[in-house]
Amino acid sequence: MNRLLGLIEALGAVVLGLIEFTGELAIFAVSGVLYIFRPPYYPRLIGRAFMEIGYFSLPVVALTALFTGMVLALQSYTGFSRFGAESAIASVVVLSVTRELGPVLAGLMVAGRAGAAMAAELGTMRVTDQIDALSTLSTQPMGYLVAPRLLAATIALPLLVVLADILGVMGGFLVATRKLGFSSGAYLVSTFTNLQAQDVVSGLIKAAVFGFVIALMGCFNGYRSKGGAEGVGTATTSAVVSASILILALDYILTQILFVK
Amino acid sequence: MSATPKIRIRGLKKRFGAKLVLDGVDLDVARGTGMVVIGGSGTGKSVLIKSILGLVTPDEGVIEIDGEDVLRAPKRRARELRAQIGMLFQNGALFDSMKVWENVCFGLLAQKRITRRQARDKAVEILAQVGLDAAVAGLSPSELSGGMQKRVGLARAIASEPAIMFFDEPTTGLDPIMGAVIDELIVDCVKRLGSTSIAITHDMASAQRIGDAAAMLYRGRVSWTGPASELLTSTDPVVDQFTHGRAHGPITMALRK
Repeated sequence: MNRLLGLIEALGAVVLGLIEFTGELAIFAVSGVLYIFRPPYYPRLIGRAFMEIGYFSLPVVALTALFTGMVLALQSYTGFSRFGAESAIASVVVLSVTRELGPVLAGLMVAGRAGAAMAAELGTMRVTDQIDALSTLSTQPMGYLVAPRLLAATIALPLLVVLADILGVMGGFLVATRKLGFSSGAYLVSTFTNLQAQDVVSGLIKAAVFGFVIALMGCFNGYRSKGGAEGVGTATTSAVVSASILILALDYILTQILFVK
Repeated sequence: MSATPKIRIRGLKKRFGAKLVLDGVDLDVARGTGMVVIGGSGTGKSVLIKSILGLVTPDEGVIEIDGEDVLRAPKRRARELRAQIGMLFQNGALFDSMKVWENVCFGLLAQKRITRRQARDKAVEILAQVGLDAAVAGLSPSELSGGMQKRVGLARAIASEPAIMFFDEPTTGLDPIMGAVIDELIVDCVKRLGSTSIAITHDMASAQRIGDAAAMLYRGRVSWTGPASELLTSTDPVVDQFTHGRAHGPITMALRK
């Protein structure tokens, strides 16, 4: 009997902890968003965060997109040739990249790069009292540290995804025309005939959401980290893991909302 | 001496999980005087000043600055009252992504009291007050020694000429001479600005140099207050054990059992 009660108690503690965590995250997110619109504004910090998240992620996102487009063309060719459906390759590449792979892969890459960096930076600032020091110097840490990063990431990710879309399609194009013997004109025509504005736009909406989630998890985990170097390490890991899982889960939910009528 | 103390604390309580850190702290700090708070590690000295600064929200009690309760005042007013506090953190807490001059003028820039263009000259002026020369202004905090970081931290704390100053273990981690130099700078700055100050310390020599009054924090309460000059001659057994660093006495430490 006692053992059963203990079990229920432990289960209850886990559930309560989860609810508390979700509540804290929600409050953090809402307060971060409110500070985006509340003065003082920090254009310099938004610019710096934008460079950090957007500009410096260009190479890794570009390479990821290029190779993904290339491998997509190659894979679908080997698969589709069994059914004589090689002509569908261009559409497969462009739709997969714009709807799915562009935003998701860019999101995962940026989560690993910029999300981790945010968590480490804010975590270090937390454990060395720099965040407390901000409050004692007439500055709201949420407005100064969190809001600029949320805003910059939400804008930067869609822009990165535009680039990823273009390079992804280009990767497919290169493999199809140089290696698989497609004519470049026909490939491009079939790329664009099946592409609708909605395919690209939905990908960009996903990207904006992923950008917000990456910055939110990076800032949230960094902001609450405690206990020195180890705490900062844990915060960084949680930031990347939680952002990645949320990206994949939200991707499903957003696809459901955007495409399934 | 005016009747209302600059800072008045009554019945301050704070619990972290199962641990009751502050259990009804009462403390008065008279205007223009220096209060030194001593007590063992983990007795809530930092929690006490963080509560006054608004970095920790106490569970119960009253914290008055200039006779106004900051815990019950509207948010805006509470922020105004706390804006008159300058804080020197234990490890400096300098912003390592910024140059020294940006650190020093951070508060002034945040309050829009100066422009970025004026900030560098202003920083050099303030750095001179803590005995640092202009060349330091362009360095990063990571390029400075511990003593210099403390001085920059002090410069940042005094930049807005605060009416109240807090010092968290100002001499910890410094050699005795550098400790004495920092103490002297603290006393200088506090005198010049006419500020009211609270310092947390384990260092009895430092306590006597920078404090007018002293308070002993023990078991979540202020167990003794008196002039800082009497710290070493107090007949209170708790204070006596602590200030003389005796291993045996009324303060039982869980670790030793």
